[in-house]
Amino acid sequence: MRRLPWARTVFWLYVATLMLPILWMFGMSIRPNEDILGSFSLIPGRVTFDNYATFFGETSWYSSYLNSIVYTSLNAVMSLIVALPAAYAFSRFRFAGDKHLFFWLLTNRMAPPAVFLLPFFQIYQSVGLFDTHLGVAIAHMLFNVPLAVWILEGFMSGIPREIDETAAIDGYSLPRFFIRIFLPMIRSAIGVTAFFCFMFSWVELLIARTITSVNAKPIAASMTRTVSAAGVDWGLLATAGVLTIVPGAIVIWFVRNYIAKGFAMGRV
Amino acid sequence: MRRQRGPGTVTLILDGVFVRRRGETWLDDIHLELPNGMTTLVGPMTAGKTTLMRVAAGLLPPDSGRVVVGGKDVTGISVRKRSVAFVYQQFINYPSLTVYDNIASPLRLDRAFRRDGIDRRVREVAELMGIAQLLDRRPAELSGGQQQRTAIARALARPVDVLLLDEPLANLDFKLREQLRADLKTMFTGSSGVVLYATADPNEALTFAAPTVVLGEGRVQHIGDVAETYAHPPTLAVAATLSDPPLNLLPGVVRDGRIECLGTSFPAPRAHADGHRVMLGVRPHQVSITPNGRAALELPAEIRLAEVTGSATFLHLLLQGGLHLVAHLEGTQLFTPGESTVARIDPAHVFVFDQAGGHLLATSAAEVDLHG
Repeated sequence: MRRLPWARTVFWLYVATLMLPILWMFGMSIRPNEDILGSFSLIPGRVTFDNYATFFGETSWYSSYLNSIVYTSLNAVMSLIVALPAAYAFSRFRFAGDKHLFFWLLTNRMAPPAVFLLPFFQIYQSVGLFDTHLGVAIAHMLFNVPLAVWILEGFMSGIPREIDETAAIDGYSLPRFFIRIFLPMIRSAIGVTAFFCFMFSWVELLIARTITSVNAKPIAASMTRTVSAAGVDWGLLATAGVLTIVPGAIVIWFVRNYIAKGFAMGRV
Repeated sequence: MRRQRGPGTVTLILDGVFVRRRGETWLDDIHLELPNGMTTLVGPMTAGKTTLMRVAAGLLPPDSGRVVVGGKDVTGISVRKRSVAFVYQQFINYPSLTVYDNIASPLRLDRAFRRDGIDRRVREVAELMGIAQLLDRRPAELSGGQQQRTAIARALARPVDVLLLDEPLANLDFKLREQLRADLKTMFTGSSGVVLYATADPNEALTFAAPTVVLGEGRVQHIGDVAETYAHPPTLAVAATLSDPPLNLLPGVVRDGRIECLGTSFPAPRAHADGHRVMLGVRPHQVSITPNGRAALELPAEIRLAEVTGSATFLHLLLQGGLHLVAHLEGTQLFTPGESTVARIDPAHVFVFDQAGGHLLATSAAEVDLHG
């Protein structure tokens, strides 16, 4: 195939423009604060990893990073456990009001999260879920379970019902069929759904910050801490930013081939 | 070939089965008693074959009626607890399991099988279906024919009371179909369980030469030996179902002991009142265009289209009054569309059906005295 003469140049210019904020942030994270505030330069003059050392040396920093990872993973697992049987039911069975219920699930996502802040805050205070990983994970399920059900239902409906029947004829019980035969068939769907749950939970700040104080404080909330009487610790803030991108990048790597189908909720 | 749990044989009885969906009757008062061994279920596309198979398997509960297997009423019993196997028209296998595990899966769930027994049985059935060299592959890595062989092997692996095959060869190409058909025929002969084989292809039903149930519009239209049914179809619907290429139909009327049809006439095989309306059924291979010395109905026709398949030529003719007639001629014959010709039909090979009820009034050479 013949290439356009400038294709390569245009491509790299485009990529550089897209990547600039991330590269800039990375550049900040490996520079001392004086350099960041001082002269403008693309290439850092003095390279230092002090900011990373500070981040992983201080409990308050790395623990909030871990908090985010813990409640996000917990949320992904719990959302899947709830959504898998629900999606199977929507995909395979006809029951009174099934279509309405299915649509109603999605309307949960149409309300702004702020609407739910006060109820969550009060309920969590009274039942002892305030400032726990489990609490944040449950709160995020409000948004992630409907999404997970929709994505999984799309993938499941693409699998012929005859496979379910064949398994029943062979003598599989429903749970055994589900785990041994059905789940392996929708591996990619589970991966994509987990990714979407992870993504929404990871970037969600409003609810996570409101219903936590210390023990389950998310990384994004900790980042506001860098503003002090001495000014803003730009380097440390950039370091936290870079590290926040890492888990998402790792997760996306595993499901990169299925994401387009996931965005279409399995209906492509 | 197929092993049985206990001694004796099994019968499958459908007793007054009705299935209605969305105001339509899919199965209409089905009464069937199928002995062990093979039975063919033949019918056109929407006859209700699949519905009947699903009811027999327990995948679809009938709205009323009973399903009895081996003397036991199994109507309300879950398909998981029944002794059945089912092969679909689509190639259905477990995609995440290898061919070996696909075949082994019903055996592993059957307490009667121990581990070494399972291994022996899987290899035995795989050998039988000619897929022994593919046991480590996954279904997606197989051709359509191999996938369907795997599905059939899984159905054969466990000895069952009722084995149902719903047009298993319909999605396969011609050569594979011929070969698998022959394999299946040998396999099912002498089976102690009930084997019900559904097909829309009359040639397939004729090849199996098994007792045949003709299904149409959700009703059992005829039960009997397939060759006998082909030669003496009791109704127009049965004759049409068992004719491929489709049966030619010409309207006729009885007058003075003769049947008049499109300006020509022949002696009525049986006495009927004048003015009795009949429908004449002619199989395409009974139509010729060259005189063969015998008395024949001669119908002027215009050639519309000649389809040449190599060993045969299908000549589409337009008769008076806009009626169509297809002639199945031997060998490759070339015709020019638009030309006039004469279609010749030997009255000895005309089925005379009652136009109102569709019942066969007469068939045959013996009953027609051409020179009398």
